[in-house]
Amino acid sequence: MLAAVDWHILWQRIFHPDHVFVLALWRTIYISVCAQALGVLLGLIGALMRMSRFFPLRLLSGAYVLIFRGTPLIVQIFFVYFGANLLFGFTLIPRTVDFGLFQMDGAAFAGIVALGLNEGAYMREIIRAGIDAVDRGQMEAAKSLGMPYPMAMRRIVLPQATRFIIPPLGNEFNSMMKNSSLIFFIGVTELFGDAEIRYSTSFKPVEYFLAVAFWYLVLTTVWSLIQAQIERKLAVSERGDELSFRERVAAAWLPAAMRIRGTP
Amino acid sequence: MLHAEGVVKRFGRLEVLKGVSLEVKPREVVCVIGPSGSGKTTFIRCINHLEKIDAGRIEVNGHLIGYRERNGKLVEDTERNIARQRAEIGMVFQRFNLFPHKTALENVIEAPTHVRGVTKDQAARQGKALLERVGLADKFDTYPGKLSGGQQQRVAIARALAMNPALMLFDEPTSALDPEVIGEVLDVMKSLAIDMGTTMIVVTHEMGFAREAADRMVMMDDGRIIEEAPPAQFFDSPREERTKQFLSKIL
Ligand SMILES: Nc1ncnc2c1ncn2[C@@H]1O[C@H](COP(=O)(O)OP(=O)(O)OP(=O)(O)O)[C@@H](O)[C@H]1O
Ligand SMILES: [Mg+2]
Repeated sequence: MLAAVDWHILWQRIFHPDHVFVLALWRTIYISVCAQALGVLLGLIGALMRMSRFFPLRLLSGAYVLIFRGTPLIVQIFFVYFGANLLFGFTLIPRTVDFGLFQMDGAAFAGIVALGLNEGAYMREIIRAGIDAVDRGQMEAAKSLGMPYPMAMRRIVLPQATRFIIPPLGNEFNSMMKNSSLIFFIGVTELFGDAEIRYSTSFKPVEYFLAVAFWYLVLTTVWSLIQAQIERKLAVSERGDELSFRERVAAAWLPAAMRIRGTP
Repeated sequence: MLHAEGVVKRFGRLEVLKGVSLEVKPREVVCVIGPSGSGKTTFIRCINHLEKIDAGRIEVNGHLIGYRERNGKLVEDTERNIARQRAEIGMVFQRFNLFPHKTALENVIEAPTHVRGVTKDQAARQGKALLERVGLADKFDTYPGKLSGGQQQRVAIARALAMNPALMLFDEPTSALDPEVIGEVLDVMKSLAIDMGTTMIVVTHEMGFAREAADRMVMMDDGRIIEEAPPAQFFDSPREERTKQFLSKIL
């Protein structure tokens, strides 16, 4: 079986990627980043709505999470792109979306919206848990100094909540990069789509899918390094001092239980 | 300065304050004592509307706290107005509640700059003077995590003072501290009370401090104020049996 693998193709795909591939890689990256950013924004709005005094806002936030966590992502992607057309007979998202400064492929835009909407439902839970994890005394101290609720939230509670939000957010982005492959099904040639197209013209599935798996692995690994850097920065601003290089590496690579505690 | 009248507070079916009335004059220092669960913390928190009240009224400087009168009824005030009222009332918590992501000086200037709109330079100048006054001239840029409990509580006092509050509330400011640093916090509070003439309501079981700094002692029990007297009289010849019992336990 192994002999059937065309190692040359694999080698080429990994070490000499062509420009079509690089474009696909770029799509995966920018779509994931934009969708994640949208997800964080929606999650934040959803979390604040969830804590609102007004019942309709809490209800809306709850319904949002219920729907987007309770249905398959691929279905959401189809509904965002084709839903308006199929249900109401008008085109919500045109073939190309014009932002004035630049244009974007309509399917890619729909993909970002769908992935972002889905992600927002998960981020709402993460952000809410992060806010809950901040000592209640912080909000009270801020209020007792005369800060209105929004200011206390923005300046005191949220900065402290990020410490709890960032690690799961990093994991969410890892999933996002992999889940973004689903938007191939609305015609976006991202990383997975590129492999799919190559395979369908060459009938070499193993080579192309092995190569694409490798590239996803590269993306997620690079991200995990970036994530470790960000978490280190946060730890520094929290403690107000610098970690040693050894601690940084340890923090990035060792499981939590094995980490070397910093000397105070 | 403070006028509290028939304050009732319930948590669900539990009535924690059963009609508390208290009058505090400008520059007066009132110490509140009472057994655990008698409602001391709850009462203090009602004064700056960290808790809503179910009946009665609280006025600070003649302003109704937390509520507006509409057609003879009290309705809760807007977030903005409540915030404005709280800015006039300083509060020091048992567990300090410093902002851990900000240095000592940043903690102190946070509210003046963002609530009052004072410039950073001016706020920093005042903030440094305040930190010097509480004996922390060398800790401006230190994060709370690197300060001892006593130092943190002194920063918290400076932070509250930075808003020039008309009234300072202290909720057992020394009971979370190691015995050896209690003195440094009490010294700061004494100087506020005696030298600066700050109007203060202090929940404390530090009887030495109370004797020295208080103008009046207040004994709470089971959601009520059961006795009020100047310290000398309060400690030497308490009127109520409950007060006698309680004092004999803590002295
Ligand atoms: N948020 C709350 N929800 C429900 N019950 C509460 C709440 N806060 C306080 N209580 C109850 O109210 C009562 C009075 O509490 P409070 O903290 O005011 O007492 P305290 O006099 O400050 O006691 P301590 O000396 O222990 O601090 C207690 O029975 C307490 O359990
Ligand atoms: Mg208490």
